Amino acid sequence: MTQSSVNLDFIGREYPQTSPYQVGREKIAEFARALGSSNPANFSTEVARGLGYPDVVAPTTFAVIIAQAAEAQYIEDPEARVDFSRVVHADERFTYTRPIFAGDELVTTVHVDKIIERAGLAMVTTRCEIEALRDGATEHVVTVTSTLAIRGEGN
Amino acid sequence: MSDVSFESLEVGQVVATKTLSFDRSTLVRYAGASGDFNPIHWNDTFAQSVGLDGVIAHGMLTMGSAVTVVEEWIGDQARIRDYQTRFSRPIAVPNPGVSEVEVTATVGALDAEARTARIDLNALFEGTRVLAKAQAVVSF
Repeated sequence: MTQSSVNLDFIGREYPQTSPYQVGREKIAEFARALGSSNPANFSTEVARGLGYPDVVAPTTFAVIIAQAAEAQYIEDPEARVDFSRVVHADERFTYTRPIFAGDELVTTVHVDKIIERAGLAMVTTRCEIEALRDGATEHVVTVTSTLAIRGEGN
Repeated sequence: MSDVSFESLEVGQVVATKTLSFDRSTLVRYAGASGDFNPIHWNDTFAQSVGLDGVIAHGMLTMGSAVTVVEEWIGDQARIRDYQTRFSRPIAVPNPGVSEVEVTATVGALDAEARTARIDLNALFEGTRVLAKAQAVVSF
């Protein structure tokens, strides 16, 4: 049986909080268009404010932009030994405290929650805690949990 | 925008459907918008070098596009509390050509105490499910 080369020492690792990601109206609109969304609150500040939001609102999976950029700290660390050419995305989950709005400044903390190896396949689960900066403190916005399946050499 | 009441929902009820159409430009646009430039989503030569028949859609494009049916149905993004899926099958996207995915959103479960509805998304490509356990929790 082949073994995955993923470094198990990374289980439980937590990365330092990222520098702030500034959420822009045009980025929300661009992402919503890329998904074929016709939700007017993604595009119109007027509609969004009519719903009681501070500004246009991001689609549910917008947080993946921020999460994947933050996860790169782990994935691209040579010591982690994650061979990206052998990676398949296995699952993804978003758990919201509140939506993401244009104008948010979001910081992310990446956790490597689990690495499970079986039959030469490594299942790596990361969790991104995404928080908004507000009045010198942070408030939780969304948790993004992602599992990658990484085939071992020879599989 | 709809004004859906919790009381009007029944388990098994289809609340919305949508057909997603992916061609190569859809993938390039999503790559740019998301920052996911993995070449398996735009470069056939690279995709074949890692054992695929050709370019496949980003799983996150399918996941994100599928849930727009719920976002458009409920209207209020703040009601979408949780959304998860497993990726059960890749979607090949030919060049030229279009790959169509049929999405159906059904009420999977109702929690009267929490006033939440679990909306189950079925996404079919060539008759096969491409998302497994795709569930959005909507609060009322």
